[in-house]
Amino acid sequence: MISVRNITKNFGGKNVLNGLNLEIPHGETLVVMGRSGCGKSVLLKIIAGLIAADSGEIWFDGTEISKLKSKKMNLLRQKIGMLFQSAALFDSMTVAENVAFMLDQHTDYSKQEMRKIVDEKLELVDLEGVQDLRPAELSGGMRKRVGLARALAFNPEVILYDEPTTGLDPVTCTEINQLIRDLHEQLQVTSVVVTHDMHSAFSVATRMAMIHEGRQIAYGSPDEIINIDNPILQQFVLFGAPDQILNMENPILKEYLNR
Amino acid sequence: MNQQSATPEPSGRFRVHPILRSIKIRLHHVLSEVGEAFTLFFQTLIQIFRPPFQFDLLVKQLLLVGFNSLAVVIVSGFFTGMVLGVQGYIQLKPYAVEGSVARFVCVSIVKELGPMITAFVLAGRIGASITAELSTMKVTEQIDALEVMGTNPVKYLVVPRFLACSIMLPTLTIFSTFAGIAGGFVAVVTLFDVNGYFFLLEAQKNLFVGSVLISLIKATSFGMAIAAVGCYKGFSISTAGGAEGVGTATTGSAVISLITILILDFVLNHILFNILGLI
Repeated sequence: MISVRNITKNFGGKNVLNGLNLEIPHGETLVVMGRSGCGKSVLLKIIAGLIAADSGEIWFDGTEISKLKSKKMNLLRQKIGMLFQSAALFDSMTVAENVAFMLDQHTDYSKQEMRKIVDEKLELVDLEGVQDLRPAELSGGMRKRVGLARALAFNPEVILYDEPTTGLDPVTCTEINQLIRDLHEQLQVTSVVVTHDMHSAFSVATRMAMIHEGRQIAYGSPDEIINIDNPILQQFVLFGAPDQILNMENPILKEYLNR
Repeated sequence: MNQQSATPEPSGRFRVHPILRSIKIRLHHVLSEVGEAFTLFFQTLIQIFRPPFQFDLLVKQLLLVGFNSLAVVIVSGFFTGMVLGVQGYIQLKPYAVEGSVARFVCVSIVKELGPMITAFVLAGRIGASITAELSTMKVTEQIDALEVMGTNPVKYLVVPRFLACSIMLPTLTIFSTFAGIAGGFVAVVTLFDVNGYFFLLEAQKNLFVGSVLISLIKATSFGMAIAAVGCYKGFSISTAGGAEGVGTATTGSAVISLITILILDFVLNHILFNILGLI
């Protein structure tokens, strides 16, 4: 569905992405892992068209999007929902206005129709009765849920998650992970989750990719990933993977654990 | 041998002095900022005429810029007029032309101080607030969120603010001008032995359509400059700028707006008086 081909991006002389290739198949939840500053969020912003890559191509359902004009790009963006690291809710609006923003901007729905969709989407993320609250009145987890409801409002084909569990307590993290899994099962959307939280990664992924020094160094299903003999990947997995993964009879992981 | 002589020696001959290098870097930075600001300005002009037209956003900004600034603009104008009246009378009396104080107050307020005082008030009040609001939105990724949702941030955020400032600054200037003349009248009539009817008659005689036109042209230009600088400084902050970046951008916005107003005032004076010959 989304194909990232040979993408490079340089910031102030530093190569953040260095010929990155990545395939995101339709209906899968791909988790992109990597150390802080390795270019995970930059990749997400390039896919969303917020940052232009220096070179390379992004293909979305057979269309090369990196050179699309702004009008066509805006139409394409209506197929993409994005949950930002900070939720990025509009603080001058209520929760309902935030969730209804895209509907208000791009459709002719009446207030009642929009209100109905807002209620539906908020119910989907297990939030009710918060429609008239302001973002400042919500907890971190609630803000992420509202951000997700807003991302879902236009029934996107792809959802991009930028560090969905960062800054949340363990219980809320688990709830958000469950929510991402539920949405994937219920809506069959293609998802790209950028995270360095291994609990979250193994909890939601149907596919995983590891980025290091601007390139993809590992790609596969979670089972395949823990069997790849790559010291950088295994070190990353060992530091944060959930106990059930580490307790598996996996010779490669055991070898690294015993070092 | 040949190769050695063809290569410029790094030692001494082509070395740029560190001060010149830092001036060059600073100049490059300033010019690129001016270029980016003008790009945003032209993008805004294009977006004004592109549908959809969101009048609700414009009305909200008109109220914010206009109605909320009305009191402070009137008070500033009134006291500026009073000061002008007192100073004018004191300066003109030794030459026995204190009767011209109405002309002095009226011409100064209409052509110069009315639009200028209003622009200064709005640069501090509205320009800085636009920058603070937009830069906070940038830092908290709200502007990225707008773009991801297929909404052009220039159209949604800049156009209503630009139009509101361009419309409300001349409107507020009318109020501050009347307040200024009223201030001059009150000061001169109550503090000195100037006849009120005579003052008003003199003021009326010296109030030309050309002068009012100059005032409104200046005010509209100042309004555009305040909005353009405010929006540019808000947009130009990097996402990693944080609270410090918002503070720096806001201060920078107020300072640049004030300097831009003064430069623009000089340029407009030259064009309107010297080139077009307006009085």
